[in-house]
Amino acid sequence: MSFPTTPSQTVGPFFAIGLLWKGGPLAVSEDVPGAVRIQGTVYDGAGTPMIDALIETWQADPEGRLADLHGHGGPSELAGFRGFARCGCEEGDGSFEIRTAKPGALPGPDGSRQAPHIDVSVFARGMLHRCVTRIYFADEHAANASDPVLRSVPAERRHTLLAAPTDGGYRFDIHLQGLNETVFFAL
Amino acid sequence: MASDEVLGDTPTSYGREPAGTHPPLDYPPYKSTALRHPKQPLVYLPHTITEITGPQLSAERPIDEPDQDLTRQHEGEPLGERIILSGRVLDTEGKPLRDTLVEIWQANAAGRYAHRTDRWPAPLDPNFSGAGRCVTDEEGRYRFTTIKPGAYPWGNAENAWRPAHIHFSLLGRAFVQRLVTQMYFRGDGLLELDPIFNSAADPKARERMLSRLSPERSRAYWALAYEFDIYLRGPRATPLQEAH
Repeated sequence: MSFPTTPSQTVGPFFAIGLLWKGGPLAVSEDVPGAVRIQGTVYDGAGTPMIDALIETWQADPEGRLADLHGHGGPSELAGFRGFARCGCEEGDGSFEIRTAKPGALPGPDGSRQAPHIDVSVFARGMLHRCVTRIYFADEHAANASDPVLRSVPAERRHTLLAAPTDGGYRFDIHLQGLNETVFFAL
Repeated sequence: MASDEVLGDTPTSYGREPAGTHPPLDYPPYKSTALRHPKQPLVYLPHTITEITGPQLSAERPIDEPDQDLTRQHEGEPLGERIILSGRVLDTEGKPLRDTLVEIWQANAAGRYAHRTDRWPAPLDPNFSGAGRCVTDEEGRYRFTTIKPGAYPWGNAENAWRPAHIHFSLLGRAFVQRLVTQMYFRGDGLLELDPIFNSAADPKARERMLSRLSPERSRAYWALAYEFDIYLRGPRATPLQEAH
């Protein structure tokens, strides 16, 4: 027996009531050595920061371990690792900021290896369904060059998936439209 | 090597959803979609270990009783029509998803959200915050007590009003199952006018966003009950046997 999926609807402008909580932006305990900050801004087609956007991230730990129901790869040794972060863009200048540990490499399709990456969902008013993208790290040249997903992206658009190193972390801006439109994925 | 083995009942791949399962990202009747949808084609993402796993927040965020009863989060009771809202979270094979987080948020009985940017001049209710959380049980069932939200105007068009709705957020088991939706009340005359509800083109898809009045779950002299089941994506491949 098979049932169709319940349709998606927009998260609307008031998701903070139900979805934001203290500690939500932490994928790992704040004081873990080597934790990095990933900051960014979500831009609409007019280049305006979307201060009512919501970002969620999901990733493995540096050893490739996942904090899912079954704990794939075994329990993480990182304090407070949940691999998941959620951040609204409502505060301050309208950017998001999550704190996490840089993920390790993971197995990919057909025996390949995936470069370190973070899955990202973008939700907002005016978006009837989430948009899914991936954060890769600009300083992982060799791993990125052989990543099967990155290689499937047109070469001239790959840069939109690369987080740029900054002081204490990385910057990853998301553009829904425009010259630098971020690559979004069909799941 | 870490993560090379797929454990337990984790599906190795989820079904791809046929076009039209979800509303289009570019939907002119809902004006805000114009600048907020990608124009480039989406790139196919294989379901790797990252996509077939997902967060388990139930242990991270313990659920208190008031989280499931939105009418008992303050000194007094909120105004409005008390309702019992329950249902199951299932996958498209009809398999219940246990221990998965269900989050809801909503306007109060007057149609006002307790959010600083909601400027609609309907009264706030000091006894209603409008947020609830719950983890599904063995049968995939969730349950909330809340009040029926009111309709409210919005800026999409002159004299446009949203039908009463409750926002639902589901994490499911896997990143690919993540869903945010809205639950509506069958028979609401505003439904046929609402571009967000009607962004789901197929009438059968819209039907899946309607809750059902449930006399059998209603409590005499206390509250009417509504049932709302949610279906998340299901596996494509047969789950592997226990790997250990």
